[in-house]
Order: sequence, then C-alpha cells, then structure tokens
Amino acid sequence: MNKSHKTKWKKGEWKLFGMVLPFMILLFLLAYVPLFGWIISLYDFRPGIPLFENEFIGFKYFKTILTDKNVLRSLGNTMIFSGIDLALKPLPMIFAVCLNEITSTRFRKLVQTSTTLPHFISWIIVYAFAFGLLSTDGVMNSVLLDLGITEKPILPLQNENIVYPFQIFLSKWKELGWGAIVYIAAIAGIDQQEYEAACLDGANRFQRAIYITIPNLMPTFVTLLILGVASIINTGYEQYFIFKNSFVYDKIEVLDLYIYQMGLQLGDYSYATTVGILKSFVSIILLVAANTVAKKVRGESIM
Amino acid sequence: MQEKKKFKMPSKSRVAFNILNYGIFGLFTFLCIYPLWYIFIYSISEPSRSAVETVILWPLGFSLSNLKQVLQLKGFFTSVMVSVARTVLGTCATVFSCTLLGYVFTKHHFPARNFLYRMLIVTMYIGGGMIPTYLVYRSYGFVNNFLVYIVPSMISAYYVILIKTYIESIPPSLEESAILDGAGYMTVLVRIIMPMSKPIIATIGVYAAVGQWNAWFDNHIYNFTNKKLEVLQYKLYKFLQEAQQLVDLMQESSQEINVENMLTPFAVRMTVTFLTVMPILFVYPFLQRYIVKGIMIGAVKG
Repeated sequence: MNKSHKTKWKKGEWKLFGMVLPFMILLFLLAYVPLFGWIISLYDFRPGIPLFENEFIGFKYFKTILTDKNVLRSLGNTMIFSGIDLALKPLPMIFAVCLNEITSTRFRKLVQTSTTLPHFISWIIVYAFAFGLLSTDGVMNSVLLDLGITEKPILPLQNENIVYPFQIFLSKWKELGWGAIVYIAAIAGIDQQEYEAACLDGANRFQRAIYITIPNLMPTFVTLLILGVASIINTGYEQYFIFKNSFVYDKIEVLDLYIYQMGLQLGDYSYATTVGILKSFVSIILLVAANTVAKKVRGESIM
Repeated sequence: MQEKKKFKMPSKSRVAFNILNYGIFGLFTFLCIYPLWYIFIYSISEPSRSAVETVILWPLGFSLSNLKQVLQLKGFFTSVMVSVARTVLGTCATVFSCTLLGYVFTKHHFPARNFLYRMLIVTMYIGGGMIPTYLVYRSYGFVNNFLVYIVPSMISAYYVILIKTYIESIPPSLEESAILDGAGYMTVLVRIIMPMSKPIIATIGVYAAVGQWNAWFDNHIYNFTNKKLEVLQYKLYKFLQEAQQLVDLMQESSQEINVENMLTPFAVRMTVTFLTVMPILFVYPFLQRYIVKGIMIGAVKG
C-alpha cells in the first residue's frame, strides 16, 4: 500500500511541475526580469538606443543623488509622513479598545461597518469626496459663505501649510477602521476568565482595559509596529499623486512620487531607477533589521 | 457582559468617558458616511436647483436627469465596459492562477517546491521598481494593451499563501483516494479542492475584484493615450482634473437638453463619483462577511 502510494507521487511530480511551470515563467517575466532592468542605472539610458550603446556612467548617479536637493527634499517629506504615521500606530489599537467599551451592540456594528468601508474605495474616490466637500463649490464653503462665517472660501486642498496633517488625516480616515479589525478580533479571542478574575478582585472597566485588554494586544501591536518601521521608506504614490497640485507640490512630493515624476514624466529613466534602487536597498536593510528585532522580541520571525 | 451581574451606579468619570467615547465614534462614523450620502443626494437632486442652492442633508427635489446625462457623456459607457471587463476577467485569472499555485505548494514532497515557493515569496519584498518595470513591460508590448490590466496582477504571493493555508486544512484522505483512483492533479484541483475551498476562493475573489475595480494607475502609465482603454476610475480622475475638457465634452454630448437642466461640471463630477463607488457599496456586505476570516488566516503566516 505504502509503496504503491510512493510510486504514484513520483510519477505525479512531473505533472505538478508541468502545472506550475507556466505560472512560474510568468512570475519570472513579471517580477524578476524588471530586476535586471536595474542595470540601466549604470548607463545614461536614452529610449530608442540599444542599452549597451548608451554612454556608460558607472556609479556616477549614485553619488549625485546623495547631494541632490530635490531627492533630499522628497526623502524629507517621506520621513515626515512615515514618522507621523509611526507615531500614530497605536491609534487602531486605541480605537478597538474604546469601541469595546461601547455597550450598545447596534452602535458598535454601525461604527465598524461604516469606518471599514473607506478602506475599499480608491484614492480617486477619496479625492472626489474631498473635492465635493472642500472645494470652492463644495458643501463646506457653501455653508460657511451662506452663514457669513468666512468671506473667502477655505481651501484645504490647496493650503501648503496643512499638507502633512491633512494628508495624514485622510489616510487615517481611510484606514483606521480597517486597521482596528485585527485588534477587534484579538480582543474577541481574549480568555474571558481573565476578566472574571479581575472582576472578583474589584477591577473596574478602565482597570480591566489597562491591565488585561491592552497587554493581550501588545504582541500584535509590536509586530505591526516593527513591520511599519520596515516600510517607512515605501509610502506608495497613489495618495500623493492624486492630491498633488502646484500649491502643495513641494511638501507632498515623496520619494515614490519623485521617481514617477523624474522617470515617466521627464523621461530620465536612469536617474529615477537609481533613486529606486537606493530606496530598495534601504527598505531591504530595514526589513532585515526589523526581522532580527522581531526574532529577539517575539522569539519568531515575521517573514 | 460582566457588569450586568452587579449593577452599580456608574462613576462620574465613567459617564464622562462614555459621552466622549460615543461622541467621538459618532463623529467619525458621520465623517465616513456623509461623503457617500452627499454624492448620492447630489446625484438625484434637480440640476436646476442644485446649481443655485446648497445641497446639504437632503436632495433638492428628485430627478434622474444628472444620471441620465452622465450616462450619455461621450466615452462614459466605454469606460464602464472596460472597468467591468477588467474586473471580471482579472478576477477569474487571479483566482485561478493563485488557487493552482496554492494547491501545488501544499505538496511538500514535490522536489522543486521549496525553491519555487521561495521564489514566489521573495516577490512580496523585492521588486524592480516603477521605472524598470515600466520599461520591461513596455518591451513585452503591454503599452496600449488591455492585457496590462489582467496579466501583471495574476500572481499574488499573498493570495497564494492564503489559499495554501486553507487547502492544508482539508483532510488529505479525500484527495489521496481520488488520486489512487487514477484522477490527475488537474481533475482533483477542479473537482475536489476548488469546491471545498469555496470560502477562501470567495474571499480572494472579492478582494481581487475590488482591487481591479479600483485600479487606475496602470491605465495612467500604460494606456493613457488610448481613450478606448480608459477605466472608469481614471475617467473620473480626468473629470476632476480637467475642468475645461469636461465642459467641452458636456456641450458636445448634450445638445438637445434644454439649458435649464444643463449639468454643471460639479454635478457631473459628483454623479460620476456616485456611479463609480456604487459597485463597491453593493459588494460591501459580502466583503464584510469575509473580512475577518481573511485577516485571521493572513495572520497565521504560511
């Protein structure tokens, strides 16, 4: 029985290989071949000319970038957005703990349902909402002008002084409810006996939240925090791309947006690729570091 | 639950906390719902009234004129079809390829398994970056091509992990007996594994569908010159960005409509937003059912 079983699998191994092969080739073409494209950072690449006929510049761009004002400004913006984001990492946990304190099941469900929804809409829709509410024709300014509270419309979308808080507000609006779900699930998984024992000892709700709920959520929080550190340089570009305009550009330009602008808008492929490579290195180093820390803290790796 | 047993007068600080807590959550909930409500009531308001009065909490009259006129805008219907097509085809392709990979990677004795699996997982952390990816995809002929919406998103390491974890929980005896009866792996996958993995396939299907419906950056990078390949999200983005073009388009598309019911650019923008976000609202109850499940499986990493 056992023997025949084994020979069956042996024959099957080739079949399995045949099944995955087309998809692995596809994966190679889609995800690995672009890595070879990194080589263009060593050339002054101009589209239309075969790669190796372009002027070889070696690591020149790697040196230039470290003193390039625009790159440094984008890096600064990236760090500010990520820094604030990291500082606000406890928010989803606080959200979940406070939501747990709400006794009305109906209200809790309503809050959860409506605050998770924004996670599933695109940044374009978020921009359209912001436009509908906050632009010159938007409802906020119509009301404010009608009531005579202001004489000039208030335009947060074009105000360069509030770029950071405004964008952070938008990303929290979109993701806070979603981020809380994992904590809500974790709270549901806490052993009820712990609470009962605390009750017998006379702990009030606040004490139970501080001494039981939060310590139980800490492992999840630490893991997510470490992962967050690993991705501080990868802010993504969708939000910033959508909300950029000439008023706020200097503050909203993050590295990912810089790469897009330099490469695809201005056509300096080599330079933009070099910035991208440096970014990849930093993020891999951060990831490995985060993984090492996670191993020490939790005793298991996060990757 | 516990505090029901012993009823005490809540302390003052407790009451203050409750008021604050309900207040903040109420406000946040309002902020999440109101924009949706606003675009909805704006879309169904009478254009002649919403052009001069302020829509705040209730529609001004009732009229389908906004919706009708937007549907007649030149190119609008095409972009709806492109979005629907990419959502349907893209979701099917993603679900099929990820299920197949997830299934094969449950076969631990398959010699190349570890190597190939690692090759897949690495893609979660390392990528070529925007520019090299663009240049390589361009050389594949993805520019000006509908396939760029489907093919690059077919293989997702995250989805494969989810499916693999789920399939590992199915008792292997079912599959083994079918294989002993001479069924091939493909038959087992389609006849046994897929029907038994319906919950996870549904989860991933809905995730992928939402992702496809919301996607637009590929349109912007690869297909921005071809209006016939424009997705709805990108159309909306253009409407929001380019006021003058929108006005021209409106005049071109609605010559018979009387001036009184003529759309304002703002009304077009709100109505298109409403139509773009509506499908998400439809699948949302379905999404919610699978959200926690998906997250919990995801937390247990493969």
